[in-house]
Amino acid sequence: MKQTALVDKHIALGAKMVEFAGYNMPVSYTGLNDEHHTVRNNAGIFDVSHMGEFYITGKGALPLIQKVTSNDASVLTPGKVQYSCLPNNDGGIVDDLLVYKINDEKYLLVVNASNMEKDWNWIASHNDTGAVMTNASEETSLLAVQGPKATAILQKLTPVDLNSIPYYNFTIGKFCGVDDVIISCTGYTGAGGFEIYCKNEDAGKFWDAILEAGKEEGIKPAGLGCRDTLRLEMAFCLYGNDIDDTTSPIEAGLGWITKFTKEFTNSKVLLEQKQKGVSRKLVGFRMIEKGIPRHGYEITDAHGNIEGVVTSGTQAPSLQMAIGMGYVKTELSKPGSEIYIKIRDKLIKAIVVKTPFYTQPAK
Amino acid sequence: MTIGSMFQGNSKKSQSNLLVLFIFADLINKTMNFPEELKYTKDHEWIRVNGNEATVGITDFAQGELGDIVFIDINTVGQEVAHEGLFGTVEAVKTVSDLFMPVSGKVLEINPKLEANPELVNNDPYGDGWMIKLTITNEAELSNLLSVEDYKKEIGH
Repeated sequence: MKQTALVDKHIALGAKMVEFAGYNMPVSYTGLNDEHHTVRNNAGIFDVSHMGEFYITGKGALPLIQKVTSNDASVLTPGKVQYSCLPNNDGGIVDDLLVYKINDEKYLLVVNASNMEKDWNWIASHNDTGAVMTNASEETSLLAVQGPKATAILQKLTPVDLNSIPYYNFTIGKFCGVDDVIISCTGYTGAGGFEIYCKNEDAGKFWDAILEAGKEEGIKPAGLGCRDTLRLEMAFCLYGNDIDDTTSPIEAGLGWITKFTKEFTNSKVLLEQKQKGVSRKLVGFRMIEKGIPRHGYEITDAHGNIEGVVTSGTQAPSLQMAIGMGYVKTELSKPGSEIYIKIRDKLIKAIVVKTPFYTQPAK
Repeated sequence: MTIGSMFQGNSKKSQSNLLVLFIFADLINKTMNFPEELKYTKDHEWIRVNGNEATVGITDFAQGELGDIVFIDINTVGQEVAHEGLFGTVEAVKTVSDLFMPVSGKVLEINPKLEANPELVNNDPYGDGWMIKLTITNEAELSNLLSVEDYKKEIGH
């Protein structure tokens, strides 16, 4: 099993460790609910160093990225980040990812750990543009510092004016005395904050410094367990659950990152889907009757006829209700539609709702 | 239960019995509590026998591994359920686990407090967090239950 540069820190903190995407990762430290509320109300620090980082460089970089990703990377200026996906040839998704534009001939792609090898091979197989690909995953650590107090905490450790970095923008600057650190106003929680990309050898120092700097604000280490409940309250897709090799970005509600201003893998089929409509859609729902939806449960009508499948579900700590996402026939995808979730052979009533489920209160 | 399955995999995988908790046995918090007077099962349930009636819950180890418990789903009140038969399900935020009868019996009642306060199972697993009361139908089965020493050995405590 692989491990991140911070594994000893997690074990020393008493984390419950699990294997995730081949890595020994912390799932929780003080308890999932406690960590979830800490991130929503104060700040939490996540080790997400398992994520993959590929640098794409040279004159062929943008043409390659344009070919393999669904969003239009040509609109990026240096310092901007874009959410995108890699469509496959069969109507599905190879992976979802972030595209960072560092300069005209240097981009950073951040991919899911579980798909790292698949993504690398997929992108490499389309590389006839002469782009140079470098896999920096093994030597790169990633700390996500998330929550309403994250910016104030991190500001103590960098001369970069963090408030001047808008959402989905980044800067490369000094952090904890180390040069060339990527400070990115992104995250997977909907709670605000930054993600810090650094070299493995700096990760321990950064981890300790951030926890120390955030003591007053009540920062806590946060594990993958609450990362999942936080992202689900925002209805952010999780690859392997809500999107995969068989789900199209149009079905998944990712039309906003599928831009037909250029040609890309399978773009003709996806354009047709967008124009003609799709037969199923990814929706958010909340339980009306008592029960917790889980990945793989069937979605039915009142008579038990199968209408779809749950892709993610949980009791939502910030909402005090059970929520889920799943694919349903398009006729049932409108908010207000009554659906049933088959839980242990019983049909439990739920209702399709608008997402995100959770809205961060105004400051 | 593989906690990893909360991120990927299917419902069948995430709904397995408590026995699989052993993979975390090396992470046991040494401050965990296992009362001497109770009997235990390999499925991480405890049973307090009182004449031909008994009270059943899950162990401190089990609640710790499940994490924050949010729902206890038991629909077997009034039913006779055989030894190791399913009497309900416990749901934590991200995990689901089945509950099995430590001995054959008729389920008499569910702890009424758990409907509004399922976290009692985390906070007081042997007290206010009890799950069911039952009438024992085959007293001979009591001899198969684990003593506290045997249970601690099971979980490497």
